[in-house]
Amino acid sequence: MRTPITWLRRNLVVIAGLATLAYMILPNVVVTVFSFNNPTGRFNYAWQEFSLDAWKDPCGVADLCGSLSLSLQIALWATLAATALGTAIAFAMVRYRFRGRGAVNSLIFLPMAMPEIVMAASLLALFLNMGIQLGFWTILIAHIMFCLSFVVAAVKARVLSMDPRLEEAARDLYAGPVQTFVRVTLPIAAPGIAAGALLSFALSFDDFIITNFNSGNTVTFPMFVWGSAQRGTPVQINVIGTAMFVIAVLVVLAGQMVGNRRKKAQPK
Amino acid sequence: MTATAAPPQAPAQAEPPVHRASLRKRLIPYWLLLPGILWLLVFFVLPMVYQASTSVQTGSLEEGFRVTWHFQTYWDAFTEYYPQFLRSLLYAGTATVLCLMLGYPLAYLIAFKAGRWRNLLLVLVIAPFFTSFLIRTLAWKTILADGGPVVGVLNDIGFLDVTSLLGMTQGDRVLATPLAVVCGLTYNFLPFMILPLYSSLERIDTRLHEAAGDLYARPATVFRKVTFPLSMPGVVSGTLLTFIPASGDYVNAELLGSTDTRMIGNVIQSQYLRILDYPTAAALSFILMAIVLIMVTIYIRRAGTEDLV
Repeated sequence: MRTPITWLRRNLVVIAGLATLAYMILPNVVVTVFSFNNPTGRFNYAWQEFSLDAWKDPCGVADLCGSLSLSLQIALWATLAATALGTAIAFAMVRYRFRGRGAVNSLIFLPMAMPEIVMAASLLALFLNMGIQLGFWTILIAHIMFCLSFVVAAVKARVLSMDPRLEEAARDLYAGPVQTFVRVTLPIAAPGIAAGALLSFALSFDDFIITNFNSGNTVTFPMFVWGSAQRGTPVQINVIGTAMFVIAVLVVLAGQMVGNRRKKAQPK
Repeated sequence: MTATAAPPQAPAQAEPPVHRASLRKRLIPYWLLLPGILWLLVFFVLPMVYQASTSVQTGSLEEGFRVTWHFQTYWDAFTEYYPQFLRSLLYAGTATVLCLMLGYPLAYLIAFKAGRWRNLLLVLVIAPFFTSFLIRTLAWKTILADGGPVVGVLNDIGFLDVTSLLGMTQGDRVLATPLAVVCGLTYNFLPFMILPLYSSLERIDTRLHEAAGDLYARPATVFRKVTFPLSMPGVVSGTLLTFIPASGDYVNAELLGSTDTRMIGNVIQSQYLRILDYPTAAALSFILMAIVLIMVTIYIRRAGTEDLV
């Protein structure tokens, strides 16, 4: 008794969900297609003709690859620092009782509950008042600051869902505190830490608003794109955007394949 | 929990060392917290203090600014820029509702219907993140270009007539209108809606759906009475993660909008970085912060989920 209408009603969620996914993917498709464009003017907004020029010479625009490597460096350092600091906070909050817990909770929550521009502006107020030169270090400081809360949230969620009996069991089997932590707690918390680190990297690499306020004359990759939106968008921007997308998807898929293989290899 | 950590072989007479260990143990959380919390105090709280002080200063760039407790700046800033405040809240609110309406089906699809496609779909939701959002926002300039296929279709089906009536578009243009800005905001913050929704939907025990079905609930009723209430934590954190950044955004308004769609973020940015009127800029960002915090607090109270982090 499957009339088209009941089929449609049954699959309404699937259709709507896939439509949303199309809406989310469409700009990436456009970015990819236009990385093969050969625009006539300074702006790469209208299709002219197929060309591989930009792909052959991705660094052919002044400062583009420099800004990219700067962004990667900042993202790497910000991720390392935020993950270390954030993981420590998350463990303290889940595993220990201490005074001032509520205050710490609010302090972690507030940076996430505040429009980025407010933090950006206030950091600039601090740096201006203190006479600190804007540049690499001010960007890094800011990125660590806003990544921190996201790491705490990610790690905390994972540690909270952990069965505490596993650690008790390890202690019952005469594992010391350090051994318990390294061999039991850390491996179980690892996915949460990894998620926090990945999130930090993505947030830092793609951050624009806070960087826009606190970078001075230093040009990160998003700053470069912002500037080019005013002066003229080189096709190379699309090449790099597309390459990042492809690399990210490949890395995630490879990670999943390794995960699946490990799962299969594990005895029941 | 830490109390259970006493080693099982510890005899009763070993009282003093145990006591000393427990003191050291009591300090552990503070050592763990110290670096991160210090970082937040110096680079998050202290800047707020500096900004508060900046907002009550008067002066000029040449003569320097001095604290004169000039609270008038707040009132002046608010009365001059309240249209931009209203516009920001309106655009951010609309984008949040659209994100929820568009994001829920996709999150639901991934959580319950995707089967072995689940991971692939999740990757597709997250992957666009890795192309800089500025590049992707610029792509909307191409998609919504005047006379392009998208605008043509929207015009043919009469969509643009409706949005024109609502004041969201003008004539047969989409770029440089409120619709383009809202569309960009919705697009940019959709993943922030979908991921929390997905993670709370995924936790729902599907046997609850079966149970509701066994009790003769129709699918719509199952959704209204079981699924949606259980996904509330995701709805709350998703809407917050969308609304808060959207309200302070200036990228979409700058790249896809016009001078008629300037949001409060655009004003703060130009006051700070171009006009260099620091007191007004500081006052504006405090007003924005206050508005957002008040709205978020009321919302969280209403929604009844206090522990978000």
